[in-house]
Amino acid sequence: MVTQTKANMKRLFGKGQLQATDIYLTRSDRIFHVINNIIVSLLFLIVLLPLINVLASSFSSASAVNSGKVLLWPVDFSVIGYEKVFVYPGVWRSYGNTVFYTVAGTAINVIVTLLAAYPLSRRDLPFKGFFMFLFTFTMMFGGGMIPTYLVMKQIGVINTVWAMLLPGALSVYNMIIARTFMQNIPMDLFEAAHLDGCSDARYFTMIALPLSGTMISVLTLYYAVGHWNAYFNAFLYLNNRDLMPLQIILREVLLSTQISADAIVDGDTAAALAGMSDLLKYSLIVVASAPILCLYPFLQKYFVKGVMIGSLKG
Amino acid sequence: MAVKRAEARTGRVIHRKSIWMKAAQRWQLYLFLLIPVVYLIIFCYWPMAGVQIAFRKYKIRLGIWGSQWVGWYQFEKFFSSYYFGRVVGNTLRLSLYSLIVGFPLPVVFALQLNAMRAARGRKLVQTVTYMPHFISTVVMVGIINQMLNPTFGLFGKFYRMINGMGSTPPNLLLSSGAFPHIYVLSGIWQGLGWSTIIYTAALSAVDPSLHEAATIDGATRFQRILHVDFPTIVPTVSITLILRFGSIMGIGFDKTYLLQNNANLVTSEVIATFVYKQAFDSSNMDYSYASAIGLFNSVIGLFMLALMNQISRKVSESSLW
Repeated sequence: MVTQTKANMKRLFGKGQLQATDIYLTRSDRIFHVINNIIVSLLFLIVLLPLINVLASSFSSASAVNSGKVLLWPVDFSVIGYEKVFVYPGVWRSYGNTVFYTVAGTAINVIVTLLAAYPLSRRDLPFKGFFMFLFTFTMMFGGGMIPTYLVMKQIGVINTVWAMLLPGALSVYNMIIARTFMQNIPMDLFEAAHLDGCSDARYFTMIALPLSGTMISVLTLYYAVGHWNAYFNAFLYLNNRDLMPLQIILREVLLSTQISADAIVDGDTAAALAGMSDLLKYSLIVVASAPILCLYPFLQKYFVKGVMIGSLKG
Repeated sequence: MAVKRAEARTGRVIHRKSIWMKAAQRWQLYLFLLIPVVYLIIFCYWPMAGVQIAFRKYKIRLGIWGSQWVGWYQFEKFFSSYYFGRVVGNTLRLSLYSLIVGFPLPVVFALQLNAMRAARGRKLVQTVTYMPHFISTVVMVGIINQMLNPTFGLFGKFYRMINGMGSTPPNLLLSSGAFPHIYVLSGIWQGLGWSTIIYTAALSAVDPSLHEAATIDGATRFQRILHVDFPTIVPTVSITLILRFGSIMGIGFDKTYLLQNNANLVTSEVIATFVYKQAFDSSNMDYSYASAIGLFNSVIGLFMLALMNQISRKVSESSLW
């Protein structure tokens, strides 16, 4: 049964064989498959078309975009939108900030998550129930926006890089994924290591950690995407423009009808961007999303794995 | 177990150990827990203690603990407020609408993908439809704005294609009637593919011999979906549904706030955005009132989750806790 499930998993998520039942088709089955394929193709196109439209627009000229000529292929091909993206004040800086927040934040996340997941995965941990409750309760109830904000203010992280790294350093949901994974490491290994006098800490570094490669990559990806896309903490806790992540600058550009005059101080930049605001938006959407969307197809199996580990009850 | 192991290690017979002794032996594990627990205390439990701000009249000068205790005053103020019906109604409308339209679609889509014969085609559809999940909320709202632009957006183009080139498409972004549709349908666009993963994984547990048996008995592919595939994923579907019901008050801040403008506020002001404005808009700055509204929201949310969990335990024998 388990090997069957594994074979099916391969069939459904890629590189699998057809099932015998799918080879001989009756007339009604053929009709079913035609209708099914049509519906799936329609949904596929509905998801794909806006993405292509954005991409095509970003490679067009400003006048083609403004007059609404671009549909699915660039009109008057140009990369001027991309040139202008980095003229916009703050884009470079915030891009760098986001890369930093993503790398540092993810490192903190993964470490803290593993620190919590390992002891809680051990069946022989005294008071385990109490600690599990301590963690899971925070999934269901929280202090809310204002009490949290006041605590941040009190410990002095407002307007520092820590505001982007510390709140949310641990996602209990991801911790449970990690814990479930570690619980499935065969007990025999633990027994054997223990008999040889291996300490709890050493068991973690020498056995549990090396066996958790898949799970750690899943965690890393989940946290990294979260940091890359994070908006709310910066919105609430930062007001120093030099610390802003990309998403805040994106909001400034994407959601303004006209590019804000106060952000652009010098006349040259303003002139360079005149009439370009919509082309700039398309290019910026691509620049901001490209790193994740380009990497994702190669890492897809890890993301999928994460959802499946998470759906198991721990 | 632990006793036996300790006996084997030390060669002495150990009679009984209190849990404290065992805990002392596992001191390294508690050292691991130290940082995560300190994190929880500072970033989760300390703010929880601050929830009492909702029962006080907060003055910055006096701090949370020193401000005057006013009991249920802030809650009564909210319940009798003109905005109470609007923000609760909008929150419920958006989440019920998302639930009713957005919940069944991934189930159907997963069954359809599962039935596809072309493995390559399925893989391509999966890869592309998972993609929007990774787009950030800000970019998502940016894309919505560009697509719905009456002049050059895709929507404007299709509108003119259907209604004649001279027609002027309405600006949906400024319409309060269109807001719920924009919010929910864009959410489905973004989440449809990704939400199928959990069902596709559940479908992988379908025993192929059931399909073979059904085929021999003359079942069509469509009948096999209804009677073999679907029953297998019913437990997954029900637990997902329960979770969704549990978060019915949890319309998030980001997307609603970013899609909001003065023209659509009648339908777009939800609890989360209202809380934010009560606390941080310079004209209000009422931390206590905002916290009371937030607390009301999370208590209802907690209650809903507990209720749904209870129902699920009775109905499907699967529950979250």
